[in-house]
Formats: sequence, structure tokens, C-alpha cells
Amino acid sequence: MSTTTPAEAGVHGAADPVRAARRRRWSGSALARRAGIGVIVLYCLAPFFWMVVSSLRRPTDQFSNAPLPAPISFDNYAAAFDARNGFARALANSLVVAGTTTVITLIVAISAGYALARLQFRGKTLILTLVIAASMFPPITLVVPLLELFTDAGWINTYQAMIVPSMSFALPLAVWNLTAFFRQMPAELEKAAQVDGCTPAQAFRKVVLPLAAPGVFTTAILVFICAWNEFLIAVSVVNDRGMMTANVIVSLFTGQYKYDQPFGTQMAAGVVVTLPLVLAVLFFQRRIVDGLTAGGLK
Amino acid sequence: MTALTSAAPQPDAAPRPARTLRRAGTGRLAAALLSPTLLVLGLVAAYPVLAAFRLSFQVSSESIDPQTGFKVTTTSYGLDNYAAVFTGERFLRPWWNTTSFALVSVAIEVLIGVAMALVMHRAFRGRGLVRAAILVPWAIPTAISGLLWKWIFNSQGVANELLGAKVLWSSEGFQAWLSVVIADTWKTAPFIGLLVLAGLQIIPGELYEAARVDGASPWRAFWRITLPLVRPALVVAVLFRLLDVLRMFDLPYVLVGPRKHSVETLSMIAFQEMTNLRFGTAAAYATVLFLYIAAVSFAFVKLFGADLIGRGTGRPE
Repeated sequence: MSTTTPAEAGVHGAADPVRAARRRRWSGSALARRAGIGVIVLYCLAPFFWMVVSSLRRPTDQFSNAPLPAPISFDNYAAAFDARNGFARALANSLVVAGTTTVITLIVAISAGYALARLQFRGKTLILTLVIAASMFPPITLVVPLLELFTDAGWINTYQAMIVPSMSFALPLAVWNLTAFFRQMPAELEKAAQVDGCTPAQAFRKVVLPLAAPGVFTTAILVFICAWNEFLIAVSVVNDRGMMTANVIVSLFTGQYKYDQPFGTQMAAGVVVTLPLVLAVLFFQRRIVDGLTAGGLK
Repeated sequence: MTALTSAAPQPDAAPRPARTLRRAGTGRLAAALLSPTLLVLGLVAAYPVLAAFRLSFQVSSESIDPQTGFKVTTTSYGLDNYAAVFTGERFLRPWWNTTSFALVSVAIEVLIGVAMALVMHRAFRGRGLVRAAILVPWAIPTAISGLLWKWIFNSQGVANELLGAKVLWSSEGFQAWLSVVIADTWKTAPFIGLLVLAGLQIIPGELYEAARVDGASPWRAFWRITLPLVRPALVVAVLFRLLDVLRMFDLPYVLVGPRKHSVETLSMIAFQEMTNLRFGTAAAYATVLFLYIAAVSFAFVKLFGADLIGRGTGRPE
């Protein structure tokens, strides 16, 4: 990015002397800023770029540090999906766990967020404090007793053992975002609906909820990303390879010999695990940023 | 907080029956709407914390019943688990790791994040793409980025190639600690940048205009206008990041590995004890970590006045 900038400025300058003069006055700081933006993009993307590049090398070229793979090979991807690894199954497990967590969390959080944003009642501060405090709990404090509980309940190696504890961080996040979102919606909406004869519940279901779809969608993306990234719970409550999530199984990939770590294969699997998230980020970046900054600055 | 008190229902000076009825209905509706959330949080957050606390005092010992010859486990309550947490040759090490990771990573992340936000503040072409690029490190699962950095820091990896050195990053020592800090900074500095950027964008441009007319240097404008106005957003972001690093597990676990003293955090030790089925000691570690984090958040809110709840209850003006 920073390399193309001076050339561009030169072309414009030659065409338009007035703009050229203006540009010259600005060029110092503008150039510095463009260079700064180039550095930021490089900083953020270089490691990810390296993951993609390493995944596209031939396994025999694994230790090559050339900036581009030559020749390009998809052997690492084939190796990642090798039946021995159980990676495809793990991806499906991740999808089930993250998807179910997202759906249940949203159902529970929508009603709470609406109540916290709209209704006036006693103890609201207390409930908000509890919700935010719950989001600060270290996962390990929750996992230790839950593992004992799940062992007694026969929940080891089940989806619910991963989904239920995931809600401890997903739910506060969702309640928080949805509360901020519902608060932004004009209160006149429900008032008008109630004047027209709706009960509060009907006003919520028929007027508010359809209009809240964008906020719900944003929250869904954030919760899904968080649930998809979860590691500690998944690694604690599951020891059967068939039930492991993608994050866990990729970290357990083994090479031909026990102690040689198959980095190429792991990078390929890492790209596969990350790709849906990177695409989501590309398409929904505005929503995600809005969601992440919701409530904090309004 | 203040917004909330003013918003709370005022006791009616002259109670009108219709209004009281509506209030009662609202209270019931609120209870109905909130009960699922409270139930879930009670089950997956409150109960485990209390259970961990109880478990941390439980001491089981195994012995052979002299009559039957079977192994019997007897459970008693005591402070043995806490004794295990606070004694031993290296008992300070996980505390030091946990704390130093939090302080150093967050400090670097704030510096880089604020710098990023200042660079991105003015409108420019391709803003959407840059914003997407900034979200990439945040979106990559920590376990996967741990693997990625493990590969980058491999002895034959690209980090050593770029440095022209042969550093054994994954062996015990300062370099292992540093690799975790670098990986964590990469992942979250852009995130802080985004939060600060959002804070910058609500500062009215006239303030800077006025400062310039008054002859203030950009540096002075930064210290006197930008920083104070971004402070509330920054304080909340820093608090959440601090808590996040204090409970860090995946990154050192995947990047360097379990049972490495130079990077072992309290979460990792608790996990280690748990996987060895020493639930009592694991619960003791988990409980002291919980109390540590609670103390840090309390101190932080008191010191810097992070207005957490105000964000939730404050009305949009």
C-alpha cells in the first residue's frame, strides 16, 4: 500500500497544478499517514499471510522461508482432512457447538436485553452488575467444578457439556449488546403499538423484534465467533477424538513420528478453521465494529 | 449510575390506581423476561464459583480398609489444598507469570492500539478494507493463532530467519515468555485500536479547531483534548483486557506448551491439577485466581473510575 502511494501522488500532481500545490503542502503528513496505515495492515495481516503461505507449500518444502510457495500445493489440505485426523468431524462438532450456543444464547438474551433496555423496575443495576460480573469470571474457575459435575452426570464427551458452560461468556456478551441495541430504538414504537391496542408482549413480538433484526444479527455474529474460538472448556470436558472441536483437534495433530509437529498440515487446518471467520469479518466488518463498541461509547 | 437513579421509578406522591397497576404488570413482565438469563447465569457462573470454593477445602485421602482390603477414599475439609498453592519451591512463579503477562501485554497493546487509532482517525479511501484487516487477528481463534506463532517461532521458522539468529523460543526462559507477549499483543492491539477509534470519532472537530486557533500544538491537543475524552472508553477496554490476560490459558498452552515454568499461568496450573484428577488443588488454584481477578477489577474501578454499569443503564442523550 505504502509503495504505490508516492507514484499515485506524482500522477495527480502532473495533471493538475493547483492540486499539486495543495498536495505538496499536505504530502508530508498525508504520506506519513498512508505509510502508517500500510504498517497497520502489514502488522495485522503478515502472520495470517504466513499461515496461508505455509499451508500452500509442499510438505517437503515445510521449512522453506520463501515469501511465496513455489510450487503451490494442496497436499497439506489433503493431509489435514486425512481420515486419521478426524478433522471433518471436528469441524462439524464445532459447528454444532457454536451454532447451538448462539441460538440458545440469543433466545435467552433477547428477552433480558429488552427488559433491561425498556422496562423500569427495581434491581436493574444489580442485575446488570451480575451479568457483567459473570463475564469476568475466569473460565477455569467454572470448569473445575463443572467437570466433576459432568463426570457424575455422564456428560463427558457430549455436546451439552461444551454448550452449557459456553453460555457463561456468551450470555453476558449477548445481553450487553442487545440491551445497548434495544435502547437505541425509539420508545415511540411500542407506545404507538400499545395505543393501537397491542399488549406489551404483542408490541414486542410484532413491532420491536422485526425491527431489531440487525442488532440480533450483529450479536449472533459476535457470539458465534466467541463460541467458535472457545478452547479451555472443549479441551476439558471431551477426551474422545470423535467429539472434539476443530480448535482442539488441530492442536493435537501428530506427524509421522510422535514428536515431529506437522506444521504445514496444522497451518492448512488453521486456515480452514479461520476462513469462515475471516469471511464474516470481511462482509460484516461494520456491524462487528458497531457491536464491539456498543454501549461503551454511546 | 446517576442516570440510573434518576431513571428509577419515583415513589408516587399521589398514587393513581391505574399507574400502580401498570407498574406491577411491568415488574412481573421484567421478572418473566429476565428469569431465563438469571437461571442460566446461576447455573453456569454462580453455582460453579461456589462449588469451586467448597471443593477447594475438600481433602480426599485414600487408604486401604484393613478388614476388606479394598481402597477407600475418605473426604475431609481443611486447608491442605491452599497450603499446596502457597508453598513449594516455585509457588510464586505462576503468580509472576500471570501478573507480568497482564501488565506488559496490556501496556504494549494500549500504546500500539492508541497509535493505530490516531493513524486511522482521519477519513481515507479503503477504510472498510483496513477495518476488516484489523479484525483478522481478533477473529483467528486463539488456539489457532497459538499454533501459528509456534510455527513462526520454530527454531527453523521465519522469526529466526528475519532476526538472523538462532533463538530457541519454545525452550524455558525469557524468550518463551516474550513469544507469548508478542502473540497476545498481535491479537489484541488492533482490537484496542478499534475501541479507541470509536471513542475518537465522537470527539467534536470544533474542539481541535478551537485549540488550533488558541495556538495549541498537536501534541498538546492530544494530551489535553484527545486523551481525556477517550479516557472512559480506554479505561473500560483496559480493564477487560487485564481480566482477559489474567485468566489466559490457550495461548501459552498451545504456543509454548503445558508444564513450562516460564509461561505457566494460574489457569494452566489449575488445568494441570484438574487433568491429574486433583480436583481439590485445582479448585484452590481456580478460587485464588477468581479472588485475584475480583480484587484487580475492584481496585481498577476504584482507582480509575471505570464506569461499567453506567454504560448499561445510561440513557442515550
